Amino acid sequence: MKYEAVIGLEVHVQLDTKSKMFTRVGTGFGKPPNTLTNPVVLGLPGALPVMNLEAIEKSVKVGLLLGCKIAPICKWDRKNYFYPDMPKNYQISQFDQPICEGGEVEIEMPGESPAVMGSHRKVELTRIHLEEDVGKLTHYETDSLVDYNRAGCPLLEIVSEPDLFSPDEVFAYLTSLRNSLVSAGISDCDMEKGQLRCDANISVRPVGTKALGTKVEIKNLNTISGVRNGVEYEIKRQTQAMLEGEKIVQETRRWNPDQRYTTPMRTKEMAHDYRYFPDPDLMPVKIEQQWIDRIQKELPEKPFDKQRRYQSEMSLPYSSTSALCGDRPLCEYFEQAAAHTNVPAKVANWVVNDLLRELAQNNDQTDSKAETVTLDNCKISPQALAELISLIEEGTISNNVAKELFPEMFSSGKSAKELVKIKGLEMKSDGDEIEGLCAGAISKDPDAADKFRGGKEGAINALKGAVMKATRGQANPKLVDETLRRLLSS
Amino acid sequence: MESSLLTSATAAELINLLKGGSVSSVEITQAFIQRIQAVDQKVHAFLHLDEEDMINQAKSSDQRRAQGKSFGQLDGIPVGLKDVISAEGQPLTAASKILENYISPYDATVTRKLKEAGAVIGGRLNLDEFAMGSSTENSAYGPTRNPWNLDCVPGGSSGGSSAAVAAREIPLSLGSDTGGSIRQPASLCGVVGMKPTYGMVSRYGLAAFASSLDQIGPFAQTVEDAALLLEIISGHDPLDSTSYPSNVPSYSNELKVPLEPCKLGLPQEFFGEGMDEEVRKSIDLVIEFYKSKGFEMIELSLPTTDLSIPVYYVIATAEASSNLARYDGIRYTSRSERATNAIDVYAKSRGEGFGEEVKRRCILGAYALSSGYYDAYYLRAQKTRTLIRKDFDQAFKQVDAILTPTSPTPAFKFGDKSEDPISMYLSDIYTISTNLAGLPGISVPCGFSQSGLPIGMQLIGQALNESKLLSIAHVYDQEHKYGRKAPSL
Repeated sequence: MKYEAVIGLEVHVQLDTKSKMFTRVGTGFGKPPNTLTNPVVLGLPGALPVMNLEAIEKSVKVGLLLGCKIAPICKWDRKNYFYPDMPKNYQISQFDQPICEGGEVEIEMPGESPAVMGSHRKVELTRIHLEEDVGKLTHYETDSLVDYNRAGCPLLEIVSEPDLFSPDEVFAYLTSLRNSLVSAGISDCDMEKGQLRCDANISVRPVGTKALGTKVEIKNLNTISGVRNGVEYEIKRQTQAMLEGEKIVQETRRWNPDQRYTTPMRTKEMAHDYRYFPDPDLMPVKIEQQWIDRIQKELPEKPFDKQRRYQSEMSLPYSSTSALCGDRPLCEYFEQAAAHTNVPAKVANWVVNDLLRELAQNNDQTDSKAETVTLDNCKISPQALAELISLIEEGTISNNVAKELFPEMFSSGKSAKELVKIKGLEMKSDGDEIEGLCAGAISKDPDAADKFRGGKEGAINALKGAVMKATRGQANPKLVDETLRRLLSS
Repeated sequence: MESSLLTSATAAELINLLKGGSVSSVEITQAFIQRIQAVDQKVHAFLHLDEEDMINQAKSSDQRRAQGKSFGQLDGIPVGLKDVISAEGQPLTAASKILENYISPYDATVTRKLKEAGAVIGGRLNLDEFAMGSSTENSAYGPTRNPWNLDCVPGGSSGGSSAAVAAREIPLSLGSDTGGSIRQPASLCGVVGMKPTYGMVSRYGLAAFASSLDQIGPFAQTVEDAALLLEIISGHDPLDSTSYPSNVPSYSNELKVPLEPCKLGLPQEFFGEGMDEEVRKSIDLVIEFYKSKGFEMIELSLPTTDLSIPVYYVIATAEASSNLARYDGIRYTSRSERATNAIDVYAKSRGEGFGEEVKRRCILGAYALSSGYYDAYYLRAQKTRTLIRKDFDQAFKQVDAILTPTSPTPAFKFGDKSEDPISMYLSDIYTISTNLAGLPGISVPCGFSQSGLPIGMQLIGQALNESKLLSIAHVYDQEHKYGRKAPSL
């Protein structure tokens, strides 16, 4: 019998807010342990929570972005359980009235090649709710240390329906979700910093059946590749067990990334009774339609919508759009540059190839003291890139010259026009001069000339190269091509 | 000035003395410290007293006054705090062993307001552990004794706060009231005690017992003093989401406006079985007094009254079971030395650190919230709570305030009820519904039993209308002044 996997994901995303969920203390990663605390974060006697408006606003934004129904009332519940990473031994969360319900995440599966668009599908969401994060425990041989810097940070839990069917789909889902959230400024979604965490509910069933099998929850999937590997392992484990006639136990298992297997953590019988009840310290908050409307208006374009627009309105090739669309600042850069030219596809090509390469090289080489270069402090402005491309389009410089100028523009901040002027790099388009050079090249390399005349098209390149060399690349390539062909055919 | 004259004075009188320059805050503070040293071995109202800190605060107050920069009415007047209200640098034990070594690193909002008003914050006052009880017998540090009869309880849970004012160890104090914990001890000790409308006074910095019921309020010898203290501590607090965004009038000034006689309600359910005869006689005299002043007495019914105790013990314990989870032996609470693993740290630290009543309520509350029982207990209690509130809404369509006894009996002897939780719970029978409905209530001394124990009456007012409630109480208090009588110690 063949088996298929059914997977649902619970994704925790730390919202990028100035202060914590229920108090004014700031948020941040990498600060000395227990410095982002106060009586509320530490759960001291008498401390009370007060809601963070920015966290609600960002949650509504996520809901709208993913097409969810936004709850008219934002209500808080206490989830009670004892664990040392929780200062109050209850977590303020949302139980029966999540802030968002329904919604979907559009995913794209890999195409035949990176240049070909893959198939798209929408994965259904169950709910999204807001809660406070807990602290971070580090275990040593005999002791454990806890850092409450992360405790009380706003955390969004995005729960999907059991609507994913392979590790590749899980990967595509997380990638898409992360792109949407990062580009909307919700979170940096850096898994290494714990800003995005994922638990997977996995079950297997015989292909062709509808009923869901017994689900197993996998925790500790801390990297995107970890999620893919962990899910893949667990599907194999369950499938093997089914084939051998074993019964799958409803339980929670931990993924061990180094040994690459899952181990049991707790069974259903050991599951907590969280004793949820409405938090009496917090008043429910009404989410007015006007507020939702305002957030809706300010909503950024979704990455896949943008990709479709670039393809249809700007005729960008798929490969460029897929490189651009996961990165909102890059898209903004591109759009600003493209607005100054009428060749958006060429602009996109420069952005995803040359600009990204320079950024990557620069940041690989620079020592830790030097400032990393980002789009914000990049010395080539979108206008400067547009100018460079316009110089090519106008025939002032050749593409090769432009490729040479680009790194210099990147490091010096000088404009393309300036550099062309200083270096005398304008393209040579004087017909007589070019004709003289072409004639000279033919006479110096009669072999190549003969081969071309004999039908070997590629032989012309040697002659072109000679002319280019003689002009240090400044000869107008189009004119050189025309002139050579004319001379060779006469 | 003789120190006993200072300690027997009301806050209003002390304010006048300070204004007249005939006495300094340091002299006042020293007089009370001496009084505490003289009588607190008998009363045991104080769990902690930082004399040096009090004198320093008093010195600052005197300096401000000398420079004409006094902060306000209460500048230089000592105020004691129930040991569940945070004050920076001071211990906060909640009368529990589990918080034996905890020092609060921050001020409660009421503490901050008192400091901004220049009050001399003095002393940590005894209570039933985590405010759970009606006699202070549940304090881990030994009970407080009733200054009128040392064999009797002072009431609770704010028994230290009421006894300290009654024993003239402090002119003013703050307590907290979850089901009667201010009004019942005020009644048993013969002082004025008031629970404001839920949300009038910030709970920020009050170690929570039951969040939806807890409210901080004043103790004093007179209604006038209580009004003075209440107007300082009331008002919206951005740190407490349950605090009302309303403006606070000057209650003490409003008392000076003569009150037109109005309508008082007498709920029949409060005047039935279980009420002590002497209490009944005292209340009858109160009724006669108000009638003589032109007030109209209206008999009415609050049919859900008998549900208030069961509803209370579901909601309060449920909230407490969650609120007290933070006392776990991990961070600032005492850790059991017998603990050998993580679960042990919780179980043994809490097992050793909490008293019997606290454990009983945590277990009751956790049970009421358990899956499968939530609907039958917690949800049902919340629905019933709404009915209780509606009863009061109905009543206040007919009357301006409701008059009842505060407690069914005068102070009882130690041990009388401590072995029987239910009979102890019943001593709050007249006060609990006020908390469930979120209404303001005040207990005013209205006489003494033949054995010399104080008796108190309760007035329940409309939400957010503490002015009216205080004025009605003041009409009686200014002519009787039972709270001015001091016990001999």
